[in-house]
Amino acid sequence: MIKNLAIVLSLLLTSSGVFSQTQISGIVNDTKGHPVPGASISVKNSFDGATSDSLGKYSFSSTDTGLQTLKVSSVGYRSIEVTFQISGKSIQMNLQIKEEPNELKAVTISAGSFAAGDSKRGAVMSSLDIATTAGSNADITAALKTLPGTQQVGEQEGLFVRGGTGQETKQFIDGSLVNNPYYTSVPDISTRGRFSPFLFKGTIFSTGGYSALYGQALSSVLLLESVDMPERSEIDASISPIVVGVGTQQLADNKKYSWGMSYSYVNAAVYFGLVSQRPDYFRLPAFHNADANFRIKTNNGGMIKYYTTFAYNDLGLRTQDIDSPTLKNAFDLTNHNWYNNLSWRQPLNNGWRMTLMTSFSTNLDNIQQQVQGPDNQPRIFPDTAYMQSKNFILANKQNLTTGKAVFEKKLSGLSSFRFGAEYWYNNNPLTYNDTLKVLHDQLISGFSEVNIFLTNELAAQLGVRYEYSTLLKQSDVGPRVSLAYKTGKDAQISAAYGIFYEKPDNQQLFYSPDLKFTEATHYILNFQKMNKDQIFRLEAYYKIYNNLVKTVPMGYNYFNYTNGGSGYADGIDFFWRDKKTFKDFDYWISYSYIDTKRQFMNYPSKITPDFVANNTASLVMKRFITNWKAGFNLTYTFATGRPYYNFMVNNEGKFFTADEGRTIDYQSLNFSCEYIPSLSKVKPKTFIVLFASMSNILGYNAIYGYHYSFNGQTKQPITPPANRFYFVGCFLSWGVDRTQDAINNNL
Amino acid sequence: MKYILLTFMMLGSLVTNAQSEKYEAAMKKTLSFFDSAKSTAQFQSVANSFERIGDAEKTQWLPYYYAGLALSIPAWADPNIDKDANSIRINTLCDKAEALDTNSEIYVLRNMSATQQMMVDPQTRWQTYGTQASKDLQIAIKLNPDNPRIYYLQGQSLFNTPPAFGGGKDKAKPLFEKAIVLFKTDKPKPFWPNWGLESTEEQLAKCQ
Repeated sequence: MIKNLAIVLSLLLTSSGVFSQTQISGIVNDTKGHPVPGASISVKNSFDGATSDSLGKYSFSSTDTGLQTLKVSSVGYRSIEVTFQISGKSIQMNLQIKEEPNELKAVTISAGSFAAGDSKRGAVMSSLDIATTAGSNADITAALKTLPGTQQVGEQEGLFVRGGTGQETKQFIDGSLVNNPYYTSVPDISTRGRFSPFLFKGTIFSTGGYSALYGQALSSVLLLESVDMPERSEIDASISPIVVGVGTQQLADNKKYSWGMSYSYVNAAVYFGLVSQRPDYFRLPAFHNADANFRIKTNNGGMIKYYTTFAYNDLGLRTQDIDSPTLKNAFDLTNHNWYNNLSWRQPLNNGWRMTLMTSFSTNLDNIQQQVQGPDNQPRIFPDTAYMQSKNFILANKQNLTTGKAVFEKKLSGLSSFRFGAEYWYNNNPLTYNDTLKVLHDQLISGFSEVNIFLTNELAAQLGVRYEYSTLLKQSDVGPRVSLAYKTGKDAQISAAYGIFYEKPDNQQLFYSPDLKFTEATHYILNFQKMNKDQIFRLEAYYKIYNNLVKTVPMGYNYFNYTNGGSGYADGIDFFWRDKKTFKDFDYWISYSYIDTKRQFMNYPSKITPDFVANNTASLVMKRFITNWKAGFNLTYTFATGRPYYNFMVNNEGKFFTADEGRTIDYQSLNFSCEYIPSLSKVKPKTFIVLFASMSNILGYNAIYGYHYSFNGQTKQPITPPANRFYFVGCFLSWGVDRTQDAINNNL
Repeated sequence: MKYILLTFMMLGSLVTNAQSEKYEAAMKKTLSFFDSAKSTAQFQSVANSFERIGDAEKTQWLPYYYAGLALSIPAWADPNIDKDANSIRINTLCDKAEALDTNSEIYVLRNMSATQQMMVDPQTRWQTYGTQASKDLQIAIKLNPDNPRIYYLQGQSLFNTPPAFGGGKDKAKPLFEKAIVLFKTDKPKPFWPNWGLESTEEQLAKCQ
């Protein structure tokens, strides 16, 4: 027995010497034939294997025999398994593995689109950037005006993008159109947006060629995506000479739902007492704003969100009448605005995802304008129509109800397909000097879009949008195409094409209800190179406008409208952001060149519109000094002069250019700083931010254009209500550690 | 018959022994490669070898742990490594290891993996990966409060945080000191991680 055991033992111990070693070698390539270094090659259930070298070569010896499985894997590639026979002879095996689709590496469609936000890939700015861009004072639109493609229009609100008017940019919150995104206009003063940047986790600002999911904007869309769930429960307060506010966000312990509400009151009395204003305010601007929200997490990562905001404001101001040095125009405005947005996004089975959105808003403007004498008493002009037309009472109520459904299906890899429908009901009763007119429109849209990733390097987005308006009794079909190709590490080229339609303004439809859709065609070519510290973008575009609204004089002070207008715009937008070159210093430079002409409204011929400067540039700088717990921001903006015109009607009843010129160049240097005293505390009970800003430090006199008297003899510059704007404020929050925000953005 | 049975039993135990000898030999050999590895490619090769051992053994968590550790070491210094892809692989290895044994060391590795992903873009990733990294260390402490590597990493994190944000040398120093005390008394089981004393001493010297 012992002898037997000895034999068994000796057999066992020498077995490794008895079994022959088989040499296995080869090359690992990807599908394009490039070698894959660092790939792991292993014989299943054995220690044998190797790692491919820089040339993709591998080699190892195995003591196994018979049918074996070889596993090849590498990060970013799909693993493969190959069965093979080991028979003692050396084996030469070349292996091929396929790259996995990877959202982080894949090309993105960037033509025409600027992403901003903390979660967005390819974001050019974060939510905090919007608040800390000097001159923006936490107004989203003002911050976006530091990006290329926008005009520095200071006498009207809105984003004037690539030769388009402010009305050609539409805003959407969680997919739903916002009818009145700005506080109601006051003549010659641009108003702020109604929504705080802190409501949103992501912003996409498209300067053209946008997706088929959106419509009714000839030039641009601003897509705002609201935050999902707050990080923690908190109470906030803000105090400044202009505004006081208080609010809360409450997060359930199970983090499944949250709710919040806030209220703020703005009153300009103290400020206007300290800083004199050009207009004479007989009713000081006062604003009440209240909002509320709730958010509920549903199964499988779904989310229901509701947001509502109510605002009331009033103001009254007198300005010099253009036709008489002794007369004044008194403008009085009260506004009620109520906005509601409800959305539900829900992942379904089999890679489907559903998003349902609805919104309701109502906006009431009560405006009264009066011509007043030196005694501030009203004057009437029974015999002078153009003067009498300055006395009016207007009640304009705009109601909008929208509903939208989008269904999205994930296809293989990163590709996806989506389709949906949208319904807008517009109801606009307008009373002008006791005459009531009501406009109803139902706009029905359908859209579908497919995103195809042919490889990680090449992607295409093809879409089409259909729209029908019951008021216009007209339908349109707009194709949208985008392509993107990755040309190297961090670098890509993309192109976009699309046809976009927009209804004429309600004011025009009141007079001429048989107007048709206005139309724009975009062609965009974009080059982008970006990594986490530096972004370089260069974009060229060409736009064609058709069926623009044209004003036809129908006698004294009465007009009709046709779709007889047209135009074009072409230009180059440049953007460079750099957080790397200078330590702790972040800056971006935007430059836009535009060449555009259009024949629309009362323009007698194809000319450069009065809201367009051919060259616009911005330099935004930010520096956070950790030891001082303070940040300093500086923005300089420059724009060449804009053309201005006086169009008058000649004896043949046609418009002609009675006078024209170009304004002086526009420039503005803005400063802001924030001080965060509780920064060094790890979990402060009270978190404090002190903020101060000053716009137009150098006191440069901006002239946005000129108003002409009725007879064309006198012109009056359009200027801001005050040269400089100052703001100081203190923001407090309790119960949440906001220090992290500051660390995030300044480490 | 009885003898045959006995022989088979002996043979069985011999085979098991041979198996574990084979495992030990492979671990020793790969650990020595690990010690001498310098380039990213060498670390990667070591990681692949460890993963092969883990896959073949099926019951040992240590090969997976060392595979992950070998991937994490070059990722501190090599800017060419795709940190996200690398960390995803480390995390997969941690999952495989944890399926066999839940212990403090795996969470130390998870912490390093999350920290490396955070450092890609601290400004935007602090909230996600930074939080994840500190959570991992909390779990590591719960599993074994005497693991010296936890305090080395905590100290390291504070050392690299500016004083204005609650970090700095003064805050890091006591943690390094605590780690060194624990390193001195730490008696790791065979093949269990024992790294960190030297680096901790170097860091402590920088705090003086």
